Amino acid sequence: MSFSLVAPTVINGLTMGAIYALVALGLTLVYGVLHIINFAHGSLLMLALYAVYFLHSQVGIDPYLAIPIVGPAFFVIGYVLQRGVIGRASHGREQTVLLVTLGLALIIDNLALYFWSADTRTLDLAYAFETIDLGVALVPVPRAIAFAAALLVAGLLWLVLDRTDLGKAIRAVAKERQGARLVGINVDHIHALCFGIGTATVAVAAAILLPAFYVTPQVGYTFVLVAFTTVVLGGMGSFAGALVGGLLLGVVEALGGLWFGESLGEIAIFGLFILVLLFRPTGLFGTKAA
Amino acid sequence: MVEHCRMGPGRMGRVGRRAIVAGGAAVLALGAMPLRGLAQVKTVKLGILHPMTGALSYSGSQGRAGALLAIEEINAAGGIKSMGGAKLDAVLGDAQSKPDVGAAEVDKLADAGVAAVIGGFASGIVLATTQAAARVNLPYIVDVGVADGIVTRGLSNTFRFGPGQSKITTTAIDNLMKLNDGAGKPARTVMIVHEDGAFGAGLAKTMADELPKRGFEILEIIPHPTPNRDFTNIALKIKAANPDLLIPANYYNEYVLLARTLLQQKVQVKAIYSVLGGAASNVKFVTEFNEAAQYIMDCNHWYDPRKPASIAFAKALADRKVDLTYETMLNYSAVKLVADALEHAGTDDRAKLMVALAASTFDGHIMPYGPTKFVDGQNQGAQPVNTQIRGKVIEVIFPKEFASAEPVFPMPPRG
Repeated sequence: MSFSLVAPTVINGLTMGAIYALVALGLTLVYGVLHIINFAHGSLLMLALYAVYFLHSQVGIDPYLAIPIVGPAFFVIGYVLQRGVIGRASHGREQTVLLVTLGLALIIDNLALYFWSADTRTLDLAYAFETIDLGVALVPVPRAIAFAAALLVAGLLWLVLDRTDLGKAIRAVAKERQGARLVGINVDHIHALCFGIGTATVAVAAAILLPAFYVTPQVGYTFVLVAFTTVVLGGMGSFAGALVGGLLLGVVEALGGLWFGESLGEIAIFGLFILVLLFRPTGLFGTKAA
Repeated sequence: MVEHCRMGPGRMGRVGRRAIVAGGAAVLALGAMPLRGLAQVKTVKLGILHPMTGALSYSGSQGRAGALLAIEEINAAGGIKSMGGAKLDAVLGDAQSKPDVGAAEVDKLADAGVAAVIGGFASGIVLATTQAAARVNLPYIVDVGVADGIVTRGLSNTFRFGPGQSKITTTAIDNLMKLNDGAGKPARTVMIVHEDGAFGAGLAKTMADELPKRGFEILEIIPHPTPNRDFTNIALKIKAANPDLLIPANYYNEYVLLARTLLQQKVQVKAIYSVLGGAASNVKFVTEFNEAAQYIMDCNHWYDPRKPASIAFAKALADRKVDLTYETMLNYSAVKLVADALEHAGTDDRAKLMVALAASTFDGHIMPYGPTKFVDGQNQGAQPVNTQIRGKVIEVIFPKEFASAEPVFPMPPRG
């Protein structure tokens, strides 16, 4: 196999991995704090992709400029979902939450199918075909932006969690729910805030993904399995883990595709996944599970 | 899911809150159902089965739209006249892009009392659904499903109106030879990019067997899964190998991503020549990614654009804001074929309908096929055409008798 392809393949893997990381960041926050696996994550991504799509096609707002709109909007959606639906319906039991999010996913997907049909929708943006010539590889502009955005979002989330009072409260709730309640932290509010931030992150991911991709009611599933893998690989609840895990998966998948054929590229992902589970069950950056 | 209401026998006795709610729901459902018993005219139920969800949902919804348009037209024109103006009634099914679900849907459609099932779309689904229909002697009209195996299993209930894979590939290769010879043989090396399901893998195999016999050299065959998130690696491989011809065989979303990535990575080839290309004969692709679509050629199902019925069909689709694609054409034609067979049979009895279908000489369709003639369930006159995307239009370049443009080959550099 030609080695001249290795450098561009790795670069392409990194840019694809940045998108995996972006999708995984929200998931890992929700897991880290609420200890729930959010099966509706892919559906929320799909919903955000539609929001970005319609903002462009109906109002003419560029996907990147839509971030200040969809980010806060999806924060509110996430907050209300957790406070009004998931938190309420689960009666505090984590295994019930799993089913509630699965149910939400089914409802959101089918509503999308009902209202927007199975049509594939894409945006034709002039800059989507522009590339940056790195010498060894042509990096499409949207992919370069995705890469920078993944770093930025991961950094911002880390700052919020590590340097603010809100972050302190979130960490307290994540570590010891009862204790946090005892010192006067509103645990339900923090849970909903985290779900909101997680949902806002996925909306940012949607705005960054759409210029290079498409949206259908099923599109969430294309990314969500890889996002789950990213979260487990990086260490559940770890932002640095999600970032590094996503980038690593992107590169592993790209090289796997190059050497074993595109159909088997995913085998490399899940092979790595199994290895991590066997030898480092807490993930690359994970601490012992709470 | 089959979208039909069915009620189980109610249990009397302990009437709890749930029973009352269920009863109320049943009454509502009854109220929502049309009162067929009171209607004067008999209806004939037709099962319209497509992958409406999952990876193939775009093609499935296109197929359904075509089938429903035909039913609407037939009913508006007075229904099935030999049956006293019986109206056609669509019973919709969703195969969820999975063969096993498709087969289960056929059972439900059979229970719902349909006279025939139309659709399936993907070869993998059709192989399962036709077999399920054969078990209950239910006539099945394949809308697309091109795998040769579909009509070679001796199933007397299965009819395919469109051409199968061998026919399409043979035509594609013949036309490719004409194209290449006509231009002074500029193309010699080939790369094939295909989806790894029954359709793409089968097609790639035939091409890999046949093309070397005609003097082409296959540089590499690249399979990929559906859905596929990224085509950059494949584009890089193509760029490195630098083939004269690129032959893609994949479904819509992947085809579009591939074409976009080729343009993005500045991959130059002499021709992109697809066989049953998922997007290459789709106005949606041509409109949305016009630059990436330029000069792409395709050997695919397509209607005869000269027929008056075709012009009316295209207009009806445009009025309904449905994309003009081959799925719509084939499903529209398949329903018309069944309606014609019902006219001749004069009954919706499944066995008699099968006999009428087998003897069909239906020629009032929009496809470039001539009168229908089934041999072992395969319509003999069925043939694909070659198209090329030029500007905003999908032009027919072969067969010559109704070509709307001369082919441009090799294509000028793009991007």
